[in-house]
Amino acid sequence: MEPELPTSKEELDRRFSELYREHLRDVYSYSFYRVGNHHDAEDLTEQTFLQAYRHFERALRESDGRPLRPWLIRIAHNLAANFYRDRSRKPESAIEDAGMISTPHTTESLVEGREELRDIIEGVHQLPDDRREALIMRFALGMDNREIARALGRSDGATKVLLHRAIRQLEGIVGSSDENEAQR
Amino acid sequence: MTGNVEALLREALAPVDPPLRLTELESRLTALAEAAQDELDSWELAAMRDPRNWVRPLVAAGVTVTAGTALVALRVRGRQQTRRKQSSTLIEYAERTLHDIAEEARRVLPDR
Repeated sequence: MEPELPTSKEELDRRFSELYREHLRDVYSYSFYRVGNHHDAEDLTEQTFLQAYRHFERALRESDGRPLRPWLIRIAHNLAANFYRDRSRKPESAIEDAGMISTPHTTESLVEGREELRDIIEGVHQLPDDRREALIMRFALGMDNREIARALGRSDGATKVLLHRAIRQLEGIVGSSDENEAQR
Repeated sequence: MTGNVEALLREALAPVDPPLRLTELESRLTALAEAAQDELDSWELAAMRDPRNWVRPLVAAGVTVTAGTALVALRVRGRQQTRRKQSSTLIEYAERTLHDIAEEARRVLPDR
């Protein structure tokens, strides 16, 4: 059963607080992997929720009870695009911070594991924007194809193809990087 | 490598925990609203005589404990150090604070 639309400002704010609590980590993770540092990720997260608050009532009305996460991520996606356009800068590599944040490795594979992760993140940053975005949504946020499709404004089929190609291209990048390393 | 990439992606792109400042948003609402009110009180003493300034306290009075206005207060609070550096007196500091509140509130509230 679909949740009823809020009938008062207090109820609307309560629902927004729930949305904030539920998806803060998603928006922050997405922002972090987009901009590559905590300071800008924090700013982007705040801007995303400010923007979301302004249009929250309409979003609830138009969502027909569907989850609002794709809508939130789409806001972050659009703001991130403006962020780069306004400041004329490119995403920074997230490797330094991500290395500390990712699940710690154990035993002897520690160094080898970190190198592999480093290669993967550097590979992700070499991908075209839409492919990189799709991978962040899938693997950092755990979004399914339908959610990613809604966030990117694409069809489910096109999103499936996009993810498939992104992974194939990443394999190529990481594979060629491994070959170069082996030849040295 | 082929079968491994997805597993590595899951590990490399692990979810990132937001900083405390963002996670404690709601628990800090009251403090933020009170801080804004204190600054408003200081400013009122000097500036309330001029009707052209009345719009500012009206906007600042909207700083109550709600999710949206909390975000306004959060952003205003984030620029506190900058305002302190730019202000030579307490009155000037309070006025800059109210200006920030009005500016952020304008961005958040027009559609409400």
